[in-house]
Amino acid sequence: MPLGESDLKSIADRILGASTADQTEVLVFSNDSALTRFANSYIHQNVELTSVDISVRAVIGKKIGVAATNILSDESLRGVAERAVTLARHQKDNDDFQSLPAPAPIRQAAAFSERTAKYTPEERADVVAAICDAARRANVTAAGAFKTSTGEMAVANSLGVFAYHQETTADISTTMMVDSGSGYADRIAVDVGDIDGKALATEAIDKCLRSANPIALEPGQYDVILEEYAVADILDFLAYLAFGAQAFQEQRSFLSGHLGEKVMGENVSIWDDGLAHDTIANPFDFEGVPKQRVEFITDGVAKGVVYDTYYAGKEDTSSTGHGLPAGMTFGPIPSNMFLKAGTATKEEMLASVERGIWVSRFWYTRPVHPLKVLVTGMTRDGTFLIEKGKITAPIKNLRFTQSYLEALNQVEMSGKETSLHSAIIGVSRVPALKIKSWNFSGATEF
Amino acid sequence: MRELAVRALDTAGSQGASYADARVVARKSESITVRNQNVEALTADESLGFGVRVIVDGYWGFASSQRMTLEEADRVAAQAVRIARASARATGPKADIGPQEVHKDTYRTAIVKDPFAISLDDKIALLLQANEAMNKVKGIVMAESNVYCQRENKLFASSEGSFIEQELVETGCGLEATAVGEGEVQRRSYPNSVGRHQGTEGWEFIERYDLPGNAGRVAEEAAALLFAKPCPPGTTTIILDGSQLALQIHESCGHAIELDRVLGTEAAFAGTSFLTTDKLGTFRYGSDVVNLTMDAITPGGLGTFGYDDEGVPAQSMPAVRNGIFVGYLMSRETAAGLGLRSNGAMRASDWNRIPLIRMTNVSLEPGEWTLEELIADTKDGIYMETNRSWSIDDRRLNFQFGTEVAREIKNGKLGDLMKNATYTGMTPQFWASCDAICNRDHWVVWGTPNCGKGQPEQVAHTGHGAAPARFRNIRVGL
Repeated sequence: MPLGESDLKSIADRILGASTADQTEVLVFSNDSALTRFANSYIHQNVELTSVDISVRAVIGKKIGVAATNILSDESLRGVAERAVTLARHQKDNDDFQSLPAPAPIRQAAAFSERTAKYTPEERADVVAAICDAARRANVTAAGAFKTSTGEMAVANSLGVFAYHQETTADISTTMMVDSGSGYADRIAVDVGDIDGKALATEAIDKCLRSANPIALEPGQYDVILEEYAVADILDFLAYLAFGAQAFQEQRSFLSGHLGEKVMGENVSIWDDGLAHDTIANPFDFEGVPKQRVEFITDGVAKGVVYDTYYAGKEDTSSTGHGLPAGMTFGPIPSNMFLKAGTATKEEMLASVERGIWVSRFWYTRPVHPLKVLVTGMTRDGTFLIEKGKITAPIKNLRFTQSYLEALNQVEMSGKETSLHSAIIGVSRVPALKIKSWNFSGATEF
Repeated sequence: MRELAVRALDTAGSQGASYADARVVARKSESITVRNQNVEALTADESLGFGVRVIVDGYWGFASSQRMTLEEADRVAAQAVRIARASARATGPKADIGPQEVHKDTYRTAIVKDPFAISLDDKIALLLQANEAMNKVKGIVMAESNVYCQRENKLFASSEGSFIEQELVETGCGLEATAVGEGEVQRRSYPNSVGRHQGTEGWEFIERYDLPGNAGRVAEEAAALLFAKPCPPGTTTIILDGSQLALQIHESCGHAIELDRVLGTEAAFAGTSFLTTDKLGTFRYGSDVVNLTMDAITPGGLGTFGYDDEGVPAQSMPAVRNGIFVGYLMSRETAAGLGLRSNGAMRASDWNRIPLIRMTNVSLEPGEWTLEELIADTKDGIYMETNRSWSIDDRRLNFQFGTEVAREIKNGKLGDLMKNATYTGMTPQFWASCDAICNRDHWVVWGTPNCGKGQPEQVAHTGHGAAPARFRNIRVGL
């Protein structure tokens, strides 16, 4: 169960009191997490963890040191503050560092479910058992994972910032398999009551059975329908390669030098909003700065990137509330991304394809050329040939090497429905897409 | 630590566990990252906690905590038993971990210089010196260098009577120069990419790699890549340097021989393996010159330890002999299923994770060639160095890799610099095309400190010994 705001504040206050730095920041994370994992249609791993982690950033002039501990004794809390100060004293001045942030009003956001927080091992096992039973009835094999977690975060600093947030997540996925095919489904929600294990199993089983006995298809350029699982991957790469101020300022982002210019199709808009009603709310970042809505692409035009206080200071602008914990060197990263929905149903998108490929999800995607957002990866868990507007055969999985940036200039249709998915950090909400001329560069044997 | 572990085992047993083990892990780490002339991260972390793993009526359960009290040991052990009983609600085969493993022992990484004894000032000065050399090169927009060290003290105790204490030390370093221009972003890394190279050694590891001495060269290569010609598409002979080959081994062999993947227990996330059990002992994985070994005993290897996290001693065994697939990385449970004994490949990334089958040091045994001889013997081809991108399918067959730099080989000589080099293939065909491997003078155990696996995800540190090697008829330039 969560420790509660006052306990986390007490920990933070003790550390702030012990610190001799000019400025001090304390992050306290508390996490109770349980995961029931299954394979070959039974539970083979079943785990639970409890942790409280503390990170302290000490600032002396323009010198910064960071120390962390998970030991909560008075001696340890004093020790982590002293360690951060000692590290700072050994530092060199960082002239780009301005200050820790000052307090700013934070909108509270509901992201906690009592039902999720109290979910038991038996309840998780029952959901998994139902999924495994559905698999057995369909003569397929189930694998997957069902996780429920309760997390708390408190950020406090010596300038008066104190921000507290608690959230629960229920996160479930399943892969259904036969010898020659597989299907996948996942869901994420704040309230575990919104997770329907049977519907999840039905979706994955249907895909699995339809993907059996795939034919080989020559790689090449094909129009594609990308399901939401695959579209979420596109946003992940944009997030960490291009939409953060670090890459932007270092000229490593395709947005660098191109704000205000058209960089994608007019039917593409992408933004980040940690307080939207249809995400898993995230009201502030790891510096305690309130989240701002940030437009990355509006009707195809490049608009902006996310900032933390450090990178905002280098441009004399303001943090957008996307800072990562001190000590991480990736720079600010989006955490609640959205891709604008369109008006098409998946049936309409399918009917519009003369010859193409239906892609359920991508796997093992990696950047080949970051500036072009050129990515390689595999299709997985349900890939189908489309001919004259109908799915005519399952196909063996293909490798693609495709610029996601170019692909977003080739979006012909966007789905009217959206779904929520885990992202590289946080979550993203995306529709399905029909994209013209996707480059498949290879194929595998299954 | 000892008393807490014993208490947890006793409680688990009294609650109905037929098997229990407890791991107590204390870790201390220090990390310094310098970007350009700013020390962007200077962190010192400590962590302490314990995990209890049980089998109850044939089903697994695990719970963990950072509260180091006897009362918490009781609670966690009882919770692990409760979770195991819940596992029985989705019935399946009962866990069988095979014959007992009983060891009472200690192990310590052999180091020369304690990395924690080196002053922070000296560490920072080293990295600033390296970055200064990189920043001097025209075209470099970002110079980054880092050092990392960790010390882990862990205790393993089991209901079978094992009691093992280990102290494991790791040290790592790396630098990266990023050049921007000509519509390009190019990076060169040293000694390895993906952040750093790491080993189970002390500060002597950092000294060996002389970051300041190599920084200028690396930056100049990054800047030169902006103007280099792209790797042309085609089918040709390639020679891979040791660090790139290490990642090739990791992805196409190391993961493929994890027996849990083969048996389907990782299907939900990372996938399965094409090396099904019917292939053991007979399948031709590569050419006759290909010999791959799974070993946890090579000094300095990132996958080297004394005992795994099931209390099984570190050992060395072949995975591929003269091209034939002969061995898996195993746990007690998976080995028992094949009528074998575990070869000690189970490791957990932390106290709050269960052990999974992880690579130890999965290495390609060296051959007979010098690199100079190998290049001179290659009429036409491409020499590729230092990984830049990697991707492989979920059975470990179709892969595509990219390297930071490549050089044309023409008539046995290294020629033009090339950028954006990529190559692709299918694992058995690729390894079948290997016809020459460099000798032990070129052999390094490369450290991969970022191998992800499992749900919840864990990051393992693995090692791969490799010397440059040649492969024929490979598709390049995608």
